[in-house]
Amino acid sequence: MTPTVVLPVIIGGLYAAGVYLLLDRSLTRVLLGFLLLGNATNLLLLSAGGPAGLAPILGYAEPEEMSDPLPQALILTAIVITFGIAAFVLALIYRSWRLVRQEVIEVDEEDRRVARRSDTDADDIDPDDLAPEDRPAMHADTLAADRERDAGAERGLARQFSGVASDDVDLPATRRRKR
Amino acid sequence: MIRVLTPLPVLLPLLGAAAALLVGGRHPRVQRTLSVVVLSTVLAVSVALLLLADADGADAISVGAWPVPLGIVLVVDRLSALMLVVAATVALGVLVFAVGQGAADGDEETPISIFHPTFLVLIAGVANAFLAGDLFNLYVGFEILLTASYVLLTLGGSAPRIRAGVTYIIVSLLSSLLFLAAIGLVYGATGTVNLAQLAVRLQELPEGTQLLLQAMLLIAFSIKAAVFPLSAWLPDSYPTAPAPVTAVFAGLLTKVGVYAIIRTQTLLFPGGALDTVLMWAALATMLIGILGAVAQTDIRRILSFTLVSHIGYMVFGISLASQAGLAGAIFYVVHHIAIQTTLFLVAGLVERQGGSTGVDRLGGLAAASPVLAVLFFVPAMNLAGIPPFSGFIGKLGLLEAGVADGGWLPIVLVAGGAVTSLLTLLAISRVWNRAFWRLSTQSPVGDTDDAAAADAGPEFVSGPPPGLAEQREPAAEKDPVDTAAGGRAEARRAAWERHTAVATATAPPTDGLGEDADRERPLRPLPRVMVGSTAAMVVVTVSLTALAGPLYQITDRAARDLLDRGPYISSVFGGEDVP
Repeated sequence: MTPTVVLPVIIGGLYAAGVYLLLDRSLTRVLLGFLLLGNATNLLLLSAGGPAGLAPILGYAEPEEMSDPLPQALILTAIVITFGIAAFVLALIYRSWRLVRQEVIEVDEEDRRVARRSDTDADDIDPDDLAPEDRPAMHADTLAADRERDAGAERGLARQFSGVASDDVDLPATRRRKR
Repeated sequence: MIRVLTPLPVLLPLLGAAAALLVGGRHPRVQRTLSVVVLSTVLAVSVALLLLADADGADAISVGAWPVPLGIVLVVDRLSALMLVVAATVALGVLVFAVGQGAADGDEETPISIFHPTFLVLIAGVANAFLAGDLFNLYVGFEILLTASYVLLTLGGSAPRIRAGVTYIIVSLLSSLLFLAAIGLVYGATGTVNLAQLAVRLQELPEGTQLLLQAMLLIAFSIKAAVFPLSAWLPDSYPTAPAPVTAVFAGLLTKVGVYAIIRTQTLLFPGGALDTVLMWAALATMLIGILGAVAQTDIRRILSFTLVSHIGYMVFGISLASQAGLAGAIFYVVHHIAIQTTLFLVAGLVERQGGSTGVDRLGGLAAASPVLAVLFFVPAMNLAGIPPFSGFIGKLGLLEAGVADGGWLPIVLVAGGAVTSLLTLLAISRVWNRAFWRLSTQSPVGDTDDAAAADAGPEFVSGPPPGLAEQREPAAEKDPVDTAAGGRAEARRAAWERHTAVATATAPPTDGLGEDADRERPLRPLPRVMVGSTAAMVVVTVSLTALAGPLYQITDRAARDLLDRGPYISSVFGGEDVP
């Protein structure tokens, strides 16, 4: 028996295309990527069942000529699961569109806030507890200082990377340098 | 006996979910009773299974009475029965908490009618994963629980939940596809997906093939268990969900991944080819996870990062591949399921009381609600591993197993584990200092004479002290409850106003409710059912300490079975030769 090369090539191609689409920020593309990956996996299961044969029905074919029915049962289960989840993701995309008029994966605001926060000590007196006139000027922990420094950092970043194309939806629009 | 009981933890929640869906919209009270009864029954069955499995050893049942390698097999051994018991306990506690929350908020309409059926389906999936005797049934169990978790995580469909849900869903989908591909390759290589059969047949494969299959399964399960390089999705997606949902996710879902790692590492790949890799992953998970927790300022995020970090302890125990290591890991799984669920429930109560879970915005909670402070303090110290709690016992067991191993890498891991434990204490005590211990400075705490009245709950509302009601006439118009509760209500108001005064541009999380209901809520005493169920969970975590001796003996026997592999295989094939 000679192994077929067509199936592995198709599986590999589907995996590559699926992963590529999955890395996109657009949810529709992510869904398409997931569907491609699902189909690639189903083909992988199919090829794990060995060479194709006759339908595995007693009396219709001899056991030696039958194709292995188990991978096909597994594939059917997997297809049903993929189908259900694809429907759910579609609903999710629709909901996302209704809510924020876009269907891209957004950045986590809390993550960014934590990342920009300068280090603090748990034993520090919290400046928020003090009266405003007692607070150290621009103390690292005051929220107002946080905001001002954040704005400064964003502006600095924007200046540093002005003109560089970015898919980061959170950076403020920067003016293009005029030549 | 054991054979009759085995399918019940999967069947009962599934049937219960169908029934709960039927009665859903019209009879919310019936629905609540139904799900509580179903989960109580599952708990009773699981306890019976554990006792039987511990007495008689592992047993298996072939679903539909197909001959063994053909049909689907459900296997109960000490490990899976123990996991079932803990899962059912935790699920019941969370369900009662959710019932209390639903009753307190009066949200008996949509979408909560979907909560109970979905929750039951989730538990069915978890039970199926624990009982699965073949790889594909394990996959189906995972898919059941994941699909239910997608619905629960995006409950209500608010923008932050959709954002968090998308990350979670896509990562989970990817891991599921990887798992499925691994199943395909395993079947292609061995011609079976039955775990007991695989345990024999995989040994006959060339080493390279074995390593590939092991690595694929390990990566798929590590994503679900949130082991370090694959853990970034967890702190991103868990904190936005409703409190009971986050609690059950944090407690159970990652541990199903850990269970799958334990099962495949011991049963299918006993050679320990990837143990060194696992050790490094465990070290990185512990340290990087806990450093993340130290950097956070939101209680739920801190807890999510400690969750990731403490997964490292379990992976450490698994990677030692010794009886002591596995016993420690299993004990730690049991301890951590209970403790993490409890802490997330407490975080839900904190959010109700203080209006936020950000430690910078909270303050004075110990004065506002001493009960809440106790409920937080005990499991928090348990998580950090302060003696004599079960966290200490679990960590001690793991560290001893690490030292006993004798290599240099386990010693490094022991040191890493100790550092992680200390940093956990740091992160947790920061929450305690800020949210609970410091005074709420926005308004002074009033007299606390009638503190008992405030904590006793709503029945005191009907009969306020006569003088008090006249003294605070303006407040009475706004909210009659807080005059009754007196000084404690003042403290509550102070804690709440502190949050609103200091709040940044970020709006307080509204929990999917109307703004008005959300603003008034924290000024009331905490609902008794919610406090009661959380207190019950705290009692469970403390009783783990009290019962640590017998429990550790069970985990030790479970670890012995796992390393032996014989009991599992012969339970499926009944002592015959494996075909």
